[in-house]
Amino acid sequence: MADKAKTNTEDYLRMFSQMVRIRSFEDNANQLYLSAKMPGLTHMYSGEEAVAVGICEALKTTDKITSTHRGHGHCVAKGAEFKQMFCELLGKEEGYCRGKGGSMHIADQSNGNLGANAIVGGSMGIATGAALTAKLQGRDDVTVCFFGDGATAQGLMYEVMNMAALWRLPVIYACENNGYSEYTKTEEIAAGSITARAEAFGIEAFQVDGQDVLAVNKLATELVGRCRGGEGPFFVELMTYRYHGHHVGDINREYYRAKEEETLWKTERDPILRFRGWLVDQGIASEQDLEALQAEIKEDAENAVKYALEAKYPDTSEVDMHVYAA
Amino acid sequence: MREITLSKAVNEAIAEEMRRDETVFVIGEDVAEAGTPFKVLSGLVEEFGTARVIDTPIAEPGFMGIAVGAAMTGSRPIVDLMFGDFIFLIMDQLCNQAAKTHYMSGGKLNVPLVLRTNLGATRRSAAQHSQSLQALVAHIPGLKVAMPSSAYEAKGLMKTAIRDNNPVVIFEDKLMYQDKAPVPEEDYLIPFGVANVKREGSDITLIGTSSMVQVAEAAAEILAREGISAEVIDPRTIVPLDEAALVASVRKTSRAIVIDEGHQSYGVTSEIASRLNEQAFYHLDAPVLRMGAMDVPVPFSPALEDLTVPTPEAVAVQARRLCAGEMIHAA
Ligand SMILES: Cc1ncc(C[n+]2csc(CCOP(=O)(O)OP(=O)(O)O)c2C)c(N)n1
Ligand SMILES: [Mg+2]
Repeated sequence: MADKAKTNTEDYLRMFSQMVRIRSFEDNANQLYLSAKMPGLTHMYSGEEAVAVGICEALKTTDKITSTHRGHGHCVAKGAEFKQMFCELLGKEEGYCRGKGGSMHIADQSNGNLGANAIVGGSMGIATGAALTAKLQGRDDVTVCFFGDGATAQGLMYEVMNMAALWRLPVIYACENNGYSEYTKTEEIAAGSITARAEAFGIEAFQVDGQDVLAVNKLATELVGRCRGGEGPFFVELMTYRYHGHHVGDINREYYRAKEEETLWKTERDPILRFRGWLVDQGIASEQDLEALQAEIKEDAENAVKYALEAKYPDTSEVDMHVYAA
Repeated sequence: MREITLSKAVNEAIAEEMRRDETVFVIGEDVAEAGTPFKVLSGLVEEFGTARVIDTPIAEPGFMGIAVGAAMTGSRPIVDLMFGDFIFLIMDQLCNQAAKTHYMSGGKLNVPLVLRTNLGATRRSAAQHSQSLQALVAHIPGLKVAMPSSAYEAKGLMKTAIRDNNPVVIFEDKLMYQDKAPVPEEDYLIPFGVANVKREGSDITLIGTSSMVQVAEAAAEILAREGISAEVIDPRTIVPLDEAALVASVRKTSRAIVIDEGHQSYGVTSEIASRLNEQAFYHLDAPVLRMGAMDVPVPFSPALEDLTVPTPEAVAVQARRLCAGEMIHAA
């Protein structure tokens, strides 16, 4: 019993620190954009940390995920390191994709991340195909397909869910419903219920508070286990919120989203603040411990940014490398 | 003449045609209140309402198909496809449905729709938001393809496209939205299939599409300083193509480089170059050169991305070699 408690404590603290790591990564990425040090635009995951962390903490390294244009959170949660991530963001050679992908394609492939996708819904086939491999090759790996509420409008999703259900594939469709797709509210683009669409294929579907990392992790752990036992696929709608604009350049956004709404989510429902409060209440960690942990992560992130800013760009000879596999 | 941005020119063209013809409507993602991510359509929903400026879910094949059906039944939709790269999602509706309906119906059904989308790399947007895919659609009979090179062309070609009874695909360069050019206040159209000689010259013809017209013009400036006189031509539409004007220019100059931002292999440059070879062979002093984007997915890193697109300097280098007779046997 004592051992179990200790393990749980470690799990909790890792979940906390992973969420803080995502937030720190994003704060720095936003800063890089604002100070014109980052090429292009990027989509912040801040506010949605409990989704990626709650789910990825239920996965093994060999389990697969597919990610989205808002993919930094999934990348961190599946085990990526700051240095290679910032290098990718800045187009440097040491980035996970050697600078070829950038923010929208960032992924730590060695941890089972099959890629962030800049085509909305573009990864749904890939995730389902990864689950097919697991089934065909008799592995117990599970694949989680992350996508936004907006992506539920893509026809591909319904084609692959149909096949996944027919063939009982070990895939979990994780819909991050943050209330918006770009500058449009979800209710304006989604008819009926999102979970009911999965249910129409006979897929068990769940809705969960995406700001509650423990609730997400509990559900994910259960579903991952059931997938391994051959009971997949599953569908989960995670109710969450993005704190920033659609991308870092979307600054004047009051025409589609009220400031008060943003403030409410940030102050009342923040996944990190909530979990932090819980950890302290439960006596799992003290305010000071958590403070120190956060400070350490912040410093790590800043050091990684410094490193990435000074890292070298890929050699020009790399431009036509990797078009075809050997 | 007043100068306006390319973005404003497109906006004006659509607004004017919507006022003139109430069967015209706009459909696409975030086209209404948001006015598209590039803000090109700002203000349209205020004037025409949400019944004619229609926001859609992120369902490109779906709204493209709806536009095809609407076009076949008396509407004139303008489909807004946020990035040219998303053409891959709508290929069936565009190429199997829209492009072939008139022909397959023995001329009885029309599909008068405009697909407005964009092209262009160097925005640091990586491989799925930077492609220039005009060759793909130009390959399909039944589709017309316009490639405006300035605000003036953007407006005139858009208005012609809206009035055309065929599916027309317009590629705007997303890096040019803020570029200004003189645009008349009064109504005008630019006919399809009529090239524009941007600059006269006698030693070499530089044929450019879209923003590659500016690249060609800048190359011509560089060359002029060295005593090489380059003619710059903008075909404005690649389908239909003003072959006569291009051939006439090459017969005069005896040399040509074709520049387009699509991938070089099997691309727009290849098509135009072979037409010139076929029709101006005895007038050529050198092989016609193609300059397209490198045959690689567009890389994110600025250190790599900038290598993939034709630049004025690179065009000037090749033009010099052609004029010096260096590449006569290159092919
Ligand atoms: C096929 C496709 N259509 C449109 C876009 C442009 N786009 C990028 S993100 C986005 C909104 C996606 O919304 P959602 O799926 O809810 O994800 P979120 O951004 O809220 O995380 C759109 C329309 C795209 N990248 N791909
Ligand atoms: Mg969303």
